[in-house]
Amino acid sequence: MEKKIGCYICKGCGIGDNLDVGALESVARKDQKIPVVRNHEFLCGSEGLELIRKDMESEGVNALVIAGCSPRAKVDEFRLGAALMDRVNLREQVLWVQPVAEGDDTAEEDRQMAAVDYLAMGCVKVKKMDAPIPFEDPGFSKDILVVGGGVAGLTAAKNIADTGYKVVLVEKSDDLGGMLSRMHKVSPTKPPYKDPEENPIAGLIAAVKGNGAIKIHTGATIKKTAGAPGLFDITIVKGGKESTERVGAIVVATGFGLYDAGKLPAQLGHGSSPDVITSLQFEEMAKAGKIVRPSDGQPAKRVAFSLCAGQRSTEHLEYCSGACCVYSLKQALYVKEQYADASTYLIYQEVRTPGQMEDFYRKVQDEGGVFIKGDVTQVAKGAGGGLSVEVNDKLLRGKEKLEVDLLVLAVGMTPSLDTVDPNKASPVGAGEFDYTKSVLNLDYRQGPSLPELKWGFPDSHFICFPYETRRTGIYVAGPARRPMGIAASVSDATGAALKAIQVVESVARGAAVHPRAGDLSYPSFRKEGCTQCKRCTEECPFGAINEDDKGNPLFNPTRCRRCGTCMGACPQKIISFANYSVDMIGSMLKEVEVPEEDEEKPRILIFACENDAYPAMDQMAQNRAKISPYVRVIPLRCMGSMNLVWVADAMSSGYDGVLLMGCRHGDQYQCHNVRGSALAEIRLSKVSETLDRLQLESARVRMVEVNIMDADKLPEVINGFVDDIMEFDPNPYKAF
Amino acid sequence: MAYDLSFAREVYKNSEMGHWIKMCMQCGVCAGSCPLGPHWEHSPRQLFQMVRAGKKEEVLKSSSMWMCTSCYNCIVRCPRHLPITHIVHGLARYAMEQGMANPQQPTHRFASKVFWENIVATGRVGEAGLTMKLYFLDGLGAGIRMGLEMKDVALGMVKTGRLNPIPFRGKIKGYAGFQAMLQKAAAIESKHKEAKA
Repeated sequence: MEKKIGCYICKGCGIGDNLDVGALESVARKDQKIPVVRNHEFLCGSEGLELIRKDMESEGVNALVIAGCSPRAKVDEFRLGAALMDRVNLREQVLWVQPVAEGDDTAEEDRQMAAVDYLAMGCVKVKKMDAPIPFEDPGFSKDILVVGGGVAGLTAAKNIADTGYKVVLVEKSDDLGGMLSRMHKVSPTKPPYKDPEENPIAGLIAAVKGNGAIKIHTGATIKKTAGAPGLFDITIVKGGKESTERVGAIVVATGFGLYDAGKLPAQLGHGSSPDVITSLQFEEMAKAGKIVRPSDGQPAKRVAFSLCAGQRSTEHLEYCSGACCVYSLKQALYVKEQYADASTYLIYQEVRTPGQMEDFYRKVQDEGGVFIKGDVTQVAKGAGGGLSVEVNDKLLRGKEKLEVDLLVLAVGMTPSLDTVDPNKASPVGAGEFDYTKSVLNLDYRQGPSLPELKWGFPDSHFICFPYETRRTGIYVAGPARRPMGIAASVSDATGAALKAIQVVESVARGAAVHPRAGDLSYPSFRKEGCTQCKRCTEECPFGAINEDDKGNPLFNPTRCRRCGTCMGACPQKIISFANYSVDMIGSMLKEVEVPEEDEEKPRILIFACENDAYPAMDQMAQNRAKISPYVRVIPLRCMGSMNLVWVADAMSSGYDGVLLMGCRHGDQYQCHNVRGSALAEIRLSKVSETLDRLQLESARVRMVEVNIMDADKLPEVINGFVDDIMEFDPNPYKAF
Repeated sequence: MAYDLSFAREVYKNSEMGHWIKMCMQCGVCAGSCPLGPHWEHSPRQLFQMVRAGKKEEVLKSSSMWMCTSCYNCIVRCPRHLPITHIVHGLARYAMEQGMANPQQPTHRFASKVFWENIVATGRVGEAGLTMKLYFLDGLGAGIRMGLEMKDVALGMVKTGRLNPIPFRGKIKGYAGFQAMLQKAAAIESKHKEAKA
């Protein structure tokens, strides 16, 4: 289909009063050769929108350049069904940040120049775009694989099946139920959040077994996970026999391991007496019936619980295990249920009872449970066959001795997934993980496992995209994702189930799930230009690209999140999206008119991440901060898509400086695409070579971390950079 | 042995508002809110934990609960809504009942005898007489010294009508009713004691 571009300039919000819209129109019409150019007093109003719609119907306009407010404003109004569109941000990026005093002709001229540049860039951008054609494959499946048959896995399976999708459930052991089937009761989930509730696992197992849409494989493991979302081929091994299933998405709910109590310090007394037991042993005892001293079978009426048995300790588990405080409260009530004259002691660091569990905490206090802040320092034989537990009592500031029948160690949860790097020192002691095995055994070029964080839990942008892993279409729920209790696992499993459904539906439409939800574009490459350098396969944060025998990339469009990191990585500039390419951004930056050297008006290019930095700039504009009129901003999908050739292009086009605004990276990263800004920083460290070759100062290019809350700091960041650039001589390449 | 719960259970049952002590979460807001905090031997938070730890002697012989001026700052601020002022007064009272309150504790000396006798005699507090009694508690010399020290304050209060130099001799209106109230209260209290015993 022939592309016909229409350019519409809004005169509302003061644009018409302050900018020469007639001149802008002639830029679009004459310089940019846009066939349809119009202006309107109030473009987002019904009359203005009708103007555009009419052109689309009668003039055949199918690509829009809309110059007015930020692309983040009036989103719904301008959703007009055009295949291609760019919003030129005259309001936030020109008008609001460049106040002009009455009669200040220079400032007025600068502002008009900025508007002209932005409009020209918008026109070029749309010219360089093509409408993406959604990726399709006749083999797409909407079935969903759930790995793990514990409470999280069963909940996910049940929810998915109830929503009308088919489920393949794989459980390693011979029975469903997981850890929860070994427990007595569960902490309260309903108001008034005071009493433990009956264990729901039996009902859940029955519901799953009775659901025809759920295919259950128990005693089975996964030998191989090949393919991509919509096209996963799972090889399941059961009793030596292999079978395969095609699924669209995967929910991993493999639960948790328990920290080996044998490794705990001797002062906690594990192994010194049979009356020192772990929380799971206590659950099993309560489930079996009577709470007694294992040593002599006498009733255990006095029970101490050591919360944080190894958790939050640098030598054992550095993290909080999340659920131990609450399940220990529950266990204290088990004792009270059996013995009216029970004495229960909870020895804690901090009682962590998030949300409604504070009510449960009060209930245990009301039942007479005693809370002691401190650590167990010694466990010895007590009088009458019990234990004498010495506690370093931090509130009474001294050592106190308790006489109890049982000491329960609330050991922490350990990760249940595999670890990517077998050479990485185990965070919880050597041999804790079985490195040779992977839960999913991914047939990905980037390795068989999900990328993991420091402690063996899967890496994800957990604030913006919970359940998400760095392998698209694979979601982790429950304590396999991070330590959590039963109620949290249930809601986690529900969330992951919904994400899995979302992915199979999005894949069927050829759309991305997140962060660029609905994006139909995906990368393609010009094979004859490829030098098999493998940077794209190495750098893709999501493992979307495999390689063929010769080292050429093999794109898996449904694994792709459309961040463009591959495009930024490619030294040959051969990777592009239909509507986002190296050429497109390169052409845009060249469209800015760089003034002659003697005019003393520098030009500074800003590449801004459209997830955080760009919205922060909009907020800055809403605050009416004053920004240097010399900057020109180009939004990028992600800093990861920043190709160094743009920096070289900018420099050779006469820009005096380039500022990159990306998200925070490192351990506390905020990048939506996990590695994007980190990779941009690495690439930029090599830019000095380029600049040296051009005999330019490397300080002309700077990368800063900007998060969405930084609107107040941005004026200083931007204007400070402009001031620094003004210290240099003008870029000598302006003349060329 | 520490954390033997028999004392705690005794307090929960017998001391006024004592059952609230188990709900304390040891945040220390009460200690930080108390205007006399630095002068307390143990803050309310500590007292409560000591009750749970079974430290009967230390709690009941402590001067802490006698330091409370009933400003109610702690009650207002307690995130767990414990009636701390009342709990502390309850503990003071319980210490007295148990015969473990330190008789030399100044508040104890003043409140449980001087103040009580003064108010019961007429039905209202006679400021001049009460102040005199307080000053002379520790003998003639101390009383004169104290009186001289406070003379300017006293004269100022007389001038502004805040202190009547002539002791209140009569009885309040409805004195008989007041007496009846006291008797009723005593009867209720002894009934409670019987019930607990």
